[in-house]
Amino acid sequence: MELNQNRIKSYSFLNNSRFNKYILFLIFSGLGFNGFAQTEKDKLMMKKGELCTSFMYGSASWEKYWEGKLERENLNLGKVITKTARLMGNYGISDKLNILYNVPYIKTKATAGQLAGQEGIQDLSIFIKYKICNQEDSSDGFSGFLVGGYSTPLTNYTPDILPLSIGLQSKTASLRALGNYAFKDFFVTGSVAYIRRSNVFLDRNSYFTTQLNYTNEVKMPDALEYNVRVGYQKKALFVEAILNNFNTLGGFDITKNNMPFVSNDMESTQVSAHLRYDTKFLKGLAIIADVGTTVAGRNSGKFSYYDAGLIYFFNLNKTSKKNKN
Amino acid sequence: MKKIFFLTSVCTLAIFFSSCNKDIVDQTEIYPALNPLRVDENAGTWKPILLTSATEFPCAAPIATASPDYRIQINEIKTLQANITASQEASIKYWSAGAVLRWNEIMRYLVAKHNIPPQQNADGTYPIPDPNNPLAYPTFPFSTPPYAARAYAYLSAAQYDACIAAFHYKSQYGRVAPFIIDNSLKSFLPKSSQPSYPSEDAVVAGASVEILKLMFPGDQAFIIQKAEEHKLARIIAGANVRSDMESGESLGKLIAAKFVQRARTDRAGAAVGNPVIWSKLESDCIARGEVAWISQESPKRAPMLPLFGNVRTFLFDSLTMVTSVRSPAPPSTSSLQFKKELDEVYAFSKNLTREQLAIAHFWADGINTYTPPGHWNYIASNEFVSQRFSEARWARNMALLNMSLMDAAVACWDTKYTFFQPRPSQMNPLIKTVTGIPNFPSYISGHSSFSGAAATVLGYIIPTKSNDYLAMANEASLSRLYGAIHYRSDCENGLILGKKVASFAVMRGRIDGAE
Repeated sequence: MELNQNRIKSYSFLNNSRFNKYILFLIFSGLGFNGFAQTEKDKLMMKKGELCTSFMYGSASWEKYWEGKLERENLNLGKVITKTARLMGNYGISDKLNILYNVPYIKTKATAGQLAGQEGIQDLSIFIKYKICNQEDSSDGFSGFLVGGYSTPLTNYTPDILPLSIGLQSKTASLRALGNYAFKDFFVTGSVAYIRRSNVFLDRNSYFTTQLNYTNEVKMPDALEYNVRVGYQKKALFVEAILNNFNTLGGFDITKNNMPFVSNDMESTQVSAHLRYDTKFLKGLAIIADVGTTVAGRNSGKFSYYDAGLIYFFNLNKTSKKNKN
Repeated sequence: MKKIFFLTSVCTLAIFFSSCNKDIVDQTEIYPALNPLRVDENAGTWKPILLTSATEFPCAAPIATASPDYRIQINEIKTLQANITASQEASIKYWSAGAVLRWNEIMRYLVAKHNIPPQQNADGTYPIPDPNNPLAYPTFPFSTPPYAARAYAYLSAAQYDACIAAFHYKSQYGRVAPFIIDNSLKSFLPKSSQPSYPSEDAVVAGASVEILKLMFPGDQAFIIQKAEEHKLARIIAGANVRSDMESGESLGKLIAAKFVQRARTDRAGAAVGNPVIWSKLESDCIARGEVAWISQESPKRAPMLPLFGNVRTFLFDSLTMVTSVRSPAPPSTSSLQFKKELDEVYAFSKNLTREQLAIAHFWADGINTYTPPGHWNYIASNEFVSQRFSEARWARNMALLNMSLMDAAVACWDTKYTFFQPRPSQMNPLIKTVTGIPNFPSYISGHSSFSGAAATVLGYIIPTKSNDYLAMANEASLSRLYGAIHYRSDCENGLILGKKVASFAVMRGRIDGAE
């Protein structure tokens, strides 16, 4: 009974959560949407008092996934589809210091088998981006940035129904070093981030990794992420080609014909393209779109994705005229 | 302002990065050393399960403690203690929690490790694990819940008979522990004045090794290594000399051989069936005018262990099973009652609370877990640790629990394949589930059968908590309805069957001499 009470304790706080009613089903795609346009990985900065906010809708899907390093399919899942609607924003505290946020609503499903798709608000991510090298936007040369990030689940979705969970339920803190080199209308941006991932808690009191663990707490490996982007920017047009690699520092492989687990050794490499185009009919409004695909992975889905949305630039600081980004 | 903001952010991140040690505490690592409240010195008189008597297998008289050979064994302990390593100390601490407990955990680990369904062949058929070639894919066994229930039962029953014999010879020979005989020996364990020859740890280890080798033949090296660690830990701890361990181990192995012999002929080996049997189950069901169960897997997998209902039970005979244990027929798939229950499952699949989801997952015990019988072994172990039972009483209580769980599995499987009832998602494909759909007929729920049996046995052993155990069993049973993989009548009748099976264990417990 003790066990039972512990378990009840472990989720009882839920009953008080005002999110509770929204979060019946959940998650994921522990397999990462790192490829989506996320401005903590790019060189763009808002000027002091400027705010941009965007709404994006996208879809990612995979039929093949990597079980360990083996690429395979699963007829009991068919195609796993993840639809995401996200709200993002970026505010200029100063020309050199920006704050960014990102909140996705995620809905998953599998086209075969009976496993229930999950949906809900996932994690809130907040980034603080600081420009350390004082390079003018308009001129050629190098600029450097440091980006600190924090993310926390906003709802009590379960990370334990992979691959249909909407997330991993881990809080993260990240530190990213980012460099950009501009030459005329072209630029290249590179960054590397260390992502600290907090342990997560399951609804059960034991689970198997490479051994049988008698606890509801799962030790999560941290992760490294690399991102390289090459872009072109002229007038209303902004395009980038992106290579992104996410790799956990540890974890274990999915054993043969087993299900994925939250602390697997996950690796995923995507190539993608990002487009932004400033509209003519409303000043400050731009359309954005991404398309990408997974080229390599481990214990993760070989997903392809696309998304599109609108971004709007406000100028809250009346003295500043126009954003350059 | 912005600098303050930036610095604050950096500091917050720095704290997050540096704080929170991620190491986790495994609940089985913090068990205290076993120091029984009652030593149960009369356990040699308890009623064994398969042994004709406590002395069916011999255990030679020990050498005298005054003999030079015994001195040599004492000196071995001294040498080992003088050179003890940190890992040896950890090993002593690990095994100090109890032999029955740790060998039960070892089996749970092996069950979980092997509880993964074989992947299909390229032609859409499924390979079947082969006990004679356990390391080839698919590795043997696929430790399904019935396989696991049977494995736990043989382990516990053999440990129990081994303990009875060991306790009998302990009383007969009366040779006490080395740390009592030689005060200069360090004792790493609570000192017991009870006889140490033959060692109860060693009989349990010897019996366990034989059962584990039978059930998990591909893991022999691991199993033997565990036994070596166990024996050495007891010797270094000063609790046993080598001859205590060797005589105990031999006795345990002899006794286990009797259980291995029974297991080889208990009909479990034929439980997989064959294509003729599989299709007959379907056609018989259709002939009765019912919708027959169909595998929900893709490609379709043969039903799990359809002949497991024929396996020889421990607590009652096959006639009793058919006449008094088997569940009554389920609601006809064409009845109004059936439709009502199907609609209820659909409603849960559409509207599950977060708490119900947590309950479904807490009790799911699906692939790559120790199975529901393993979950109840874990629950029982935590209870028994706090009860501070002697090894003999641990073994007896685990045997009652696991014989019930195995017989519940047999009776449940008998019912399942008598009726061959389809799963809810077969009858209504709109039903999506939050846990895997087990690949066998719906009626009755295995989880409910196991839980009804386990809760009843635990309530008999620890009466003050019997209502708690029943509440847990009810929750485990309902978890299958929440998971949208069982109808309510599967769950309710499963609980009833489990309790019925366990009543035979309780009857046995009342007369086995341990009360």
